[in-house]
Amino acid sequence: MTTSTSSAASSSTASRWERFRDSYLLYSFLRDPIAQVSLAVFILMVACAVLAPWLAPMNPYDLAQIDILASELPPFWVDGSDPAYLMGTDAQGRDLLSTILYGLRVSLIIGFGAVALQATLGVCFGLLAGYLGGRVDAFLMRMADIQLSFSTLMVAIVVGALFKAIFGGATFSTYAVPLLVLIIGLAEWPQYARTVRASVLAEKSKEYVDAARVMGLPSRRIMFRHILPNTLSPIFVISTVQVANAIISEAALSFLGLGMPETQPSLGSLIKSGFDYIQSGSWWITLIPGLVLVVLVLVINLLGDWLRDVLNPRLYKG
Amino acid sequence: MTTASLSSSTGSSSGASKAPETAEPLLSIRGLEKRFSLSGDFLEQLKFKGGKLVREQKHVHAINGVDLDIRRGEALCVVGESGCGKSTVARTVMGLITPSAGEIRYDGERIDDRSTRELLPYRRRMQMIFQNPYASLNPRMTIQQTLEEPIRLHHPDWSPARVQDKVAEVMNAVGIAPDWGARYGHEFSGGQRQRIAIARALAVDPEFIVADEPISALDVSIQAQVLNLLMEAQQQRNLTYLFITHDLAVVEHFGTRVAVMYLGRVCEVAPTATLFATPRHPYTQALMSAIPRLEDDRPQHIRLQGEVPTPVNLPSGCVFHGRCPHADARCREEVPTLIATDQGGQVACHGVEEGRI
Repeated sequence: MTTSTSSAASSSTASRWERFRDSYLLYSFLRDPIAQVSLAVFILMVACAVLAPWLAPMNPYDLAQIDILASELPPFWVDGSDPAYLMGTDAQGRDLLSTILYGLRVSLIIGFGAVALQATLGVCFGLLAGYLGGRVDAFLMRMADIQLSFSTLMVAIVVGALFKAIFGGATFSTYAVPLLVLIIGLAEWPQYARTVRASVLAEKSKEYVDAARVMGLPSRRIMFRHILPNTLSPIFVISTVQVANAIISEAALSFLGLGMPETQPSLGSLIKSGFDYIQSGSWWITLIPGLVLVVLVLVINLLGDWLRDVLNPRLYKG
Repeated sequence: MTTASLSSSTGSSSGASKAPETAEPLLSIRGLEKRFSLSGDFLEQLKFKGGKLVREQKHVHAINGVDLDIRRGEALCVVGESGCGKSTVARTVMGLITPSAGEIRYDGERIDDRSTRELLPYRRRMQMIFQNPYASLNPRMTIQQTLEEPIRLHHPDWSPARVQDKVAEVMNAVGIAPDWGARYGHEFSGGQRQRIAIARALAVDPEFIVADEPISALDVSIQAQVLNLLMEAQQQRNLTYLFITHDLAVVEHFGTRVAVMYLGRVCEVAPTATLFATPRHPYTQALMSAIPRLEDDRPQHIRLQGEVPTPVNLPSGCVFHGRCPHADARCREEVPTLIATDQGGQVACHGVEEGRI
């Protein structure tokens, strides 16, 4: 009894933090060990990536630090390793641990950048299609259908190859990160647009939207201020899955030679560069970055699954 | 339309001051029609029939030919069973739906063909209260934000302190403590939410309020409170109501005049007391006889035959002829228009016109 009255009294003045503390989100997180481990691993990886310049034993971008004689050294638990290179070295003599840390950074930047672009485009198009309906809706959704009928990777390969052919490999290498963000971002907006449109259609029929229209608010304000905040949960859920997808797309493109250049490797291009040496016994150059990629994508997907379960209104009992 | 004297019919309980009868109505609806397409987009309308490609369209005739006048200071109740188009009339008046035909005049100015921007000055004068208080408040906005929004939109020059004062004033007016403004809609009960929705409508000081079944989603114990709040607001702010309901008890308590709708048409408009005492249209008579009463000596309950016809294929002539005990050949062919009765109302019935009923 006392708790209920005190919570009622505090709710009128509840701060953001207090709301979060009482939320179902936190409650379910504290009872889900998988989500906790996933979040811990994910935060660790992001921290490593962000702090790479300070954590990494050497700078793989600095040619002066690279010793070609130290190439293809195995990791520390294998005979013939050099204690200076914990995870061994790659074919060019770069310290693998440092390269992975820097590569993780590139992969995450591309993953989040591409998702930010996808989300911006998809949310805008989805809101317009769902709210305005009619011809705008038909046009945007047919565009989405057409784009979905191509595989993402195919679109990315075509655009990437075209750019490389027109501007040359050197220009491509310089602008590789923004280009990959652009390619992967443009290729996947229909996912967002469709999800957002479906949520908008559900929200649009609710009376608070009519109330906003009766008030005389302009459409743009109704879309972004009233409808968008109520469609955020599905956007969050697909965002987690899409980050993982974008990272994999980037790795796949890099593996095909259309992604990050060797001089500025991402996890994908590291795997690719090591793949040539796997037959000659240097398995670690491919395997270790591969494991890092798998773990990264896995924890993001597990977090996404947990988030989807929490935000699913049918399971939500709050 | 009729401007017959209403002096004999001020028996309603609302006590609103009567404007002179010669005054122009605040809102006038003429020949309003709304059809909703059932056939999807252009490609889905194409059908292959008898070797030919034909375009086929089906419509739901939600309202077909509604004429209504709403006078200043009155509460016009619109009653009718589900699907008769009462809510469509309300939403069309507010510009949420574009009419298929007909015109709506507010204070003499046509408003049904205006854009959102051109309607803005009218939004301040006419507001709407919705049926479901659980859906009409944005779940992601606090009450303070919800109430501030219309004020900021319509008075961009007001200082923040003045907006605050206005919000506090309307919250007090509907009986919600202003310090609850930091809460979200879901923290309130249904009755409180409807009060907040009323506060939102009152925030811009409108003169005309459309209320679309504002109490039917509430508990019976709360209904009377909210109804009294609406009547209080009417007296204090000199409001005009278009009140959509299916609850005849509410009409008797609240309405100055009543319009009865059936299948998208108005069949009778009359001052409340007149309509309840002497319903003229056969449908109104059946409707009135369905009200449970304690008296024993009232006439027998009129049982209508059959069902309401589908609004997709409207019956010819009078929409009620299939179920009317008085229907004749003329009713089956000719659509009746509203004619003035000697009691100050209007009725759309050939039988009444000919003196058969």
